[in-house]
Amino acid sequence: MAEQPRVRIQTEDFDLAAECAALRAGDAGVGAVASFVGTVRGVDDGRAVTALELEHYPGMTERSIEAMIDAAFQRFDIRGARVVHRVGPLPAGAQIVLVVVSSAHRGQAFQACEFLMDYLKTQAPFWKKEHGPDGQARWVDARVTDDEAARRWGLESRNA
Amino acid sequence: MSELTLRVRYFASLREALGDGETVSLPVGSTLGALRDALLARGGAHAQALARGRAVRAAIDQRMAEESAVLADGAEVAFFPPVTGG
Repeated sequence: MAEQPRVRIQTEDFDLAAECAALRAGDAGVGAVASFVGTVRGVDDGRAVTALELEHYPGMTERSIEAMIDAAFQRFDIRGARVVHRVGPLPAGAQIVLVVVSSAHRGQAFQACEFLMDYLKTQAPFWKKEHGPDGQARWVDARVTDDEAARRWGLESRNA
Repeated sequence: MSELTLRVRYFASLREALGDGETVSLPVGSTLGALRDALLARGGAHAQALARGRAVRAAIDQRMAEESAVLADGAEVAFFPPVTGG
């Protein structure tokens, strides 16, 4: 069976259960699978959001997330990791991003999953544009709290 | 060879202000900071979008880079706002 990609950038929706199953398939050493799903909130800072538009930098986005996964493997005792991130127009309630990590024991899987999300939030080249019900659109601002989260892992982060 | 040719690209709000990208020539040995200065010096939309004091991030050949980085001929340099993925 061909090696499945660790990073996918796509417009289509993903299925958490299917991705978890694919990640741990054929690996008898897996005892834990930890995952995170990010979704489009229908409200941001008191404003109604009808949809997000996700832009990315083809080539750099994939490479940067691959490097983050390499860092996770170096730092944590994990067996597998997979990231799927959607781009394009996404309505409120839609799934945006999936991070799944497998390991022998749960501690490392939980930590690696959080590490990957905190890293991705501050370094992966994506940009969100928020659309409101009256046709207004605004680019979302980066958050200082995301830099703080990344720094807790020792990652140098000055994104926002 | 006394000049570098760079492929400059813009993303997100910078792309809306300045277009997808352009080719820029600079003296050999120029840094990323010098490129930004050269673009700022054009005034107008470039001066506004890339103004110092605005949060602008950059990548050279698809790796995040600091303004002190020296540019190589043929490099792809991208300017974009702070990232907001995830």
